[in-house]
Amino acid sequence: MSASLEHDYIGLSEPPPSMEGSERKSGGLNLKATELRLGLPGSQSPERDNVYPPGVMKNLLGVSGAKRGFSDAIDGSSGKWVFSGSGGSEAELGKGGNLFSPRGNNGVGKGGLGSGSEGNNQNTGLGGPGLKDGNAVGPQSPKPLQEKKPQLSAPAAKAQVVGWPPIRSFRKNSMASHPPKSDDDAEGKLGSGCLYVKVSMDGAPYLRKIDLKTYGSYMELSSALEKMFSCFTIGQCGSHGVPSRDGLSESRLMDLLHGSEYVLTYEDKDGDWMLVGDVPWEMFTDSCKRMRIMKSSEAIGLAPRAMEKCKNRN
Amino acid sequence: MDPKRKKDCHDSGESTRVASTFPDEVLERVLALVKSHKDRSSVSLVCKDWYDAERWSRTHVFIGNCYSVSPEIVVRRFPNVRSVTLKGKPRFSDFNLVPPNWGADIRCWLVVFAAKYRCLEELRLKRMTVSDESLEFLALSFPNFKALSLHSCDGFSTDGLAAIATHCKNLTELNIQENDIYDKSGCWLSCFPENFTSLEVLNFAYLNNDVNFEALERLVSRCKSLNVLKVNKNITLEQLQRLLICAPKLTELGTGSFLPELTDRQYSELKRSFSICSNLNVLSGLSEATALYLPALYPACTNLTFLNLSDAALQSEEFAKLLVHCPRLRRLWVLDTVEDKGLEAVGSNCPLLEELRVFPSDPYEEGIVHGVTESGFIAVSYGCRRLHYVLYFCRQMTNAAVETIVQNCPDFTHFRLCIMTPCQPDYRTNEPMDKAFCAVVKTCTKLRRLAVSGLLTDMTFEYIGKYAKNLETLSVAFAGSSDWGMQCVLGGCRKLRKLEIRDCPFGNAALLSGFEKYESMRSLWMSDCKVTMNGCRFLAKEMPRLNVEVMKEDGSDDSQADKVYVYRSVAGPRRDAPPFVLTL
Repeated sequence: MSASLEHDYIGLSEPPPSMEGSERKSGGLNLKATELRLGLPGSQSPERDNVYPPGVMKNLLGVSGAKRGFSDAIDGSSGKWVFSGSGGSEAELGKGGNLFSPRGNNGVGKGGLGSGSEGNNQNTGLGGPGLKDGNAVGPQSPKPLQEKKPQLSAPAAKAQVVGWPPIRSFRKNSMASHPPKSDDDAEGKLGSGCLYVKVSMDGAPYLRKIDLKTYGSYMELSSALEKMFSCFTIGQCGSHGVPSRDGLSESRLMDLLHGSEYVLTYEDKDGDWMLVGDVPWEMFTDSCKRMRIMKSSEAIGLAPRAMEKCKNRN
Repeated sequence: MDPKRKKDCHDSGESTRVASTFPDEVLERVLALVKSHKDRSSVSLVCKDWYDAERWSRTHVFIGNCYSVSPEIVVRRFPNVRSVTLKGKPRFSDFNLVPPNWGADIRCWLVVFAAKYRCLEELRLKRMTVSDESLEFLALSFPNFKALSLHSCDGFSTDGLAAIATHCKNLTELNIQENDIYDKSGCWLSCFPENFTSLEVLNFAYLNNDVNFEALERLVSRCKSLNVLKVNKNITLEQLQRLLICAPKLTELGTGSFLPELTDRQYSELKRSFSICSNLNVLSGLSEATALYLPALYPACTNLTFLNLSDAALQSEEFAKLLVHCPRLRRLWVLDTVEDKGLEAVGSNCPLLEELRVFPSDPYEEGIVHGVTESGFIAVSYGCRRLHYVLYFCRQMTNAAVETIVQNCPDFTHFRLCIMTPCQPDYRTNEPMDKAFCAVVKTCTKLRRLAVSGLLTDMTFEYIGKYAKNLETLSVAFAGSSDWGMQCVLGGCRKLRKLEIRDCPFGNAALLSGFEKYESMRSLWMSDCKVTMNGCRFLAKEMPRLNVEVMKEDGSDDSQADKVYVYRSVAGPRRDAPPFVLTL
């Protein structure tokens, strides 16, 4: 399915070949793009040669999430930009085709991009002449734009308006603990989408790679690792990865990992090996480069707690 | 325990002769059966005798805005109250639009109640500020105290709960939901004395700290009348199972977390425990529930009428399988992780559904977002013709979809649609969403509550004013084109009680067009609109029985009235307003 493209009203019928021609998806041209529309009062009229007026560039950056800034943030065209090579996931539909300022005259906008990234430099391609899709950035279109926008694989963070969407804060907290499990292809994920780290286990013949972003807490991580490495701890498995059932219950399995046999450690940004669990979860995911499930006997000097655990259990 | 009182002199007017021949005691007995506070208000307006009989017989008082009346006035009018419900801050405080320390402190109420309502049994608070000292004062002042429900309150910690648990010997209900609580520890639960057995309702689902599980287990075992138990996420499946064995008569259950993994044996024991719970009507919690363990719940779902999955990020398949077992469902809350496919399953499996709330799992789009669209909503409307309450968060909608939906379900009383990107038009036609809400108000004649979203012009509000004759609550954000929109609403919606508006182009003309109307309303909230200080001052001057309060934001223009809160009051201006609240 071809992803349809968003064209700003400036209506350059096709993007200049020097720009993203090769990068654009094969989506159909928006016929609306060929419509000529007038610029709105107060807006800048861009030049037709795809050179973006400086005013526009200013607006690309640093739109704050301040409350008043919202109308600034949303003025201007789409909330999302079309990028080449955007992940093949289904189009994220209706991404605010037209964000009108509610204030004053209907549809008066300020020139500029409204994706409201707060200096967010994810895959938005903002902030530079490298705007890939060749759409002219320009003053607010009075008519909402038509096409559905394909979902970026890593959408730019929108400028956050205070108290919008109207969700109670206790819900926000509970949702943070379980991010939506996406069934999308992992390859497309970039930026905030994932955080792969290698996990090795002493004695295991191969490493695993996990995405830290799919876990919200240490408990989830620990369960996942236990599942992944269970076959190694038992020694003899019935078939791959399936723990032997005679007498060895899963709770014993967990004991092996929680108990004296192994400790879970990670290498942080500074190159130091640390015991997993000491710092808040977010701090851990920010600083963890890779992990290692090491035998407690080798954990000497790593952390006094590990040593105590050994002593207590043995 | 009604105190004796003198009979008032009969009014000798014609119209009251019939009423006054009715013995007071009989009248009071009859009135005691009238529960609804609206009905009671009507009763009190009939004549003086009825007013008196009503005030002596009222045992429950509901105060929708704590500043509309003073505690002294309340106790003077209603001497025999046992149960009080109080609401404080404006609703938009839920979304951080009201600065902290705004007010609505329960303290002054408790002091007066302690003097006059020694027999107070129930206190239900919403959006009030409650301190630990207040909770302790409450626990010590009312020996018969039975039920405490705190919803969206702030200002207290688990120490306050400990005081309640320690001192309220007759407590039947402790319901702490969704509060901004300083969660110091779980020790409060252990404060219930060992000989305490009266608890019927216990809800601590949103507290974060571990409680002592053994203490909880003992508490649940000895409280034989316990029928509502909602535990927090720290309670594991295994612990939950032990609790279920102690309390098989539960009608409402909120589970803990569905982690960590269970052995086969544990899983089958869990399933058996759920099958004993055949009385469950309400189920919630289920955080981290996965396809693996949800089937354990199936035996408990047969009689479910309310399923709250708003903490469980289920996918459509496992959700659909669960729904097959819930044929009697009347209320359903879900996260949009179930997507349209999940909602199709709702349409297919839940013909009795009356209420649906779909919450966004990723409101700030920090991940890859699917959520629900108009198709899911349409699918539900085809299958659930009795639907009358909906709260729907989505990222796209069309006018045609909403038109279809209300055609299928014309009985909506509460229609709250939140298209999450502000000012978003119909994504297919690029028109404003005016037609959608026009269809809603035209078709749903019983509509009492409406929340609008998307790109809207004044036309939406013209229609609301013209057709929504039963509308009581309206929430508007990022909508409208001019003052005319708000004027239509104020002019047309006869039964309007609460109007809350943010970020709309409504100014002084709109504000002032309703100035007589505000006395028949509970409150008006306008933030980030175009109202000025002068407009507010004018309103305050013309309508002395309204409290007109303005909160300004830092750095805003002197003349702008950033946040305006207008409400009727018989208590006069607030005496406890913080410095940032200007009473005009």
